Amino acid sequence: MTGLRRIVTGWSLIRAFTVLVYLFMFLPVAVVVLLAFNANQFGSFPMEGISIRWFVELWNNEAIVRAFKTSMLLGSLTALVSATMGVLASLALVRYDFRGKGLITTALVAPILVPEVVLAVALLLFLRWLEMPKSFPLLMLGHVIFTLPFVLLIVQARLVAVRREYEEAALSLGANPVQTFRDVTLPLIMPAVFAGIIFAFTISFDDVTGTLFWKPGGVETVPTQIFAMLRNSISPEINALGAVMVVITVAVPLLGAALARRMAAALR
Amino acid sequence: MAASDADRSGARPWLLMSPALVAVALLLAVPVCFIAVYSFWLRTAVGTEQVGFYLDNWIEVLTDPFYRDILIQTLRIAAVSTVLCILLGYVPAYFIARSATRYKTLLILLLMLPFWISYIIRTMSWINILGVSGALNVFLLWLGVISKPLEILYNEGTVVLGLVHFLLPFMILNIYVSLDGIDVNLVDAARSLGCTGWQAFLEVTLPLSLPGLAAGSLLCFVLGAGTYITPMILGGPRDAMFANLVFDAIITQLDWPLGSALSLALLVILGSVVLVYNRFVGIGQLAKSFR
Repeated sequence: MTGLRRIVTGWSLIRAFTVLVYLFMFLPVAVVVLLAFNANQFGSFPMEGISIRWFVELWNNEAIVRAFKTSMLLGSLTALVSATMGVLASLALVRYDFRGKGLITTALVAPILVPEVVLAVALLLFLRWLEMPKSFPLLMLGHVIFTLPFVLLIVQARLVAVRREYEEAALSLGANPVQTFRDVTLPLIMPAVFAGIIFAFTISFDDVTGTLFWKPGGVETVPTQIFAMLRNSISPEINALGAVMVVITVAVPLLGAALARRMAAALR
Repeated sequence: MAASDADRSGARPWLLMSPALVAVALLLAVPVCFIAVYSFWLRTAVGTEQVGFYLDNWIEVLTDPFYRDILIQTLRIAAVSTVLCILLGYVPAYFIARSATRYKTLLILLLMLPFWISYIIRTMSWINILGVSGALNVFLLWLGVISKPLEILYNEGTVVLGLVHFLLPFMILNIYVSLDGIDVNLVDAARSLGCTGWQAFLEVTLPLSLPGLAAGSLLCFVLGAGTYITPMILGGPRDAMFANLVFDAIITQLDWPLGSALSLALLVILGSVVLVYNRFVGIGQLAKSFR
């Protein structure tokens, strides 16, 4: 009886600790969202009522709107390029046997293990040596490098689970490899490809470490814009921008997950 | 037959991999070799680089006490953050792994959420809480515990706090993946052989979860030691980390050869941590959290 009670209290302690840790992870972000609606002009506590004036000011702030468009474009292009490269490479790594496979897998996943600041310096200096000025396409290629490993890992994990027999059946019925990929393999791995695209988009949309090194003069993404604004002091506008970012970076994956589930259901 | 199969597929995988391989080669491998060369060049007084083989940058990086102190500070901040992540993260990971399925899905979904929320937003959110007019100070003033706001922001402690907040989900996820793979029958067997719950945990569960603990620690340490954003937002002027020196050398001073040497030093130090880890645990463990 006492043993049982000890187990129960032990478990409830574990649960209470878990709740506290989750609060630690989410409370600060909740405060940002809360303060974004603050009517107080300094954006600090105590709250003086609910207002959406800071969102209106965001909308009218040209620099922020421009940064927002840049981030959306950058994230989308990065995700598309990264996903294309990642899917093709995953096919090669999972479906074919060749010498040096282990080495190549390591090489393709390496960008995760290299500190981003080193990656940033290396690419920047190399481009400088080539006398190529910083530009938007190069910024995007930089983002492709550190999102590629994530797409690769996600798609590879899915591809391993797709049985070869389906592809072999299509091939034996006269489909060429491209048709087989388009009509059989791609639909089967689509949920993973989609997850990879969203992952790459979010990482790119969020990045500040590499972007601060690579961005051409005058170009700002949302995170670098926030970073520049933080130099002065924290303002209610930053909180509002933060709230918008939270909504986008949380809503996009959730919508994506719902879509992927629907796609998976349609396949069945 | 097998031979002709291999012949037929000979060029195709390489063709499929070529875009990714070219990208990694041109944007990562060659540039990293390039900074290795660049670090031996010299910056002249007029601001151009002197091509050649000079050890000056390396001597400066390896002997200057300023760099050594910041390196030690960086490793200390990363290590303390990692240990705190273990202490804070193990219990929630255990709770998730052992809870009923419907809670489990929700808890894991919530755990993934911070990965999606902007790193810079999560970092700066602490200013709203700990700043001079932040939530904590306003609350304490209102309670009457203090008569003027506490200056608790912008020191090494808040840098560690920001890092722990950023790294904790990585740690919990990796420990969870490891704990979830443990056969519950093993724990039951230990219990039926007379272990107490605590003994069964120490003898069975804890050792079997060590690979995940190690993977999480590696990620936390390497990510923590490589950051320069957190100290810039939550640290004071004396709380620079090694990556801040790199940023400063490259972006502010435009001393490219010195910046190369500094970033290469960071790569070698963190790379050797990864190699030691790979020797004892294996890189494969990290990939498990993607399934």
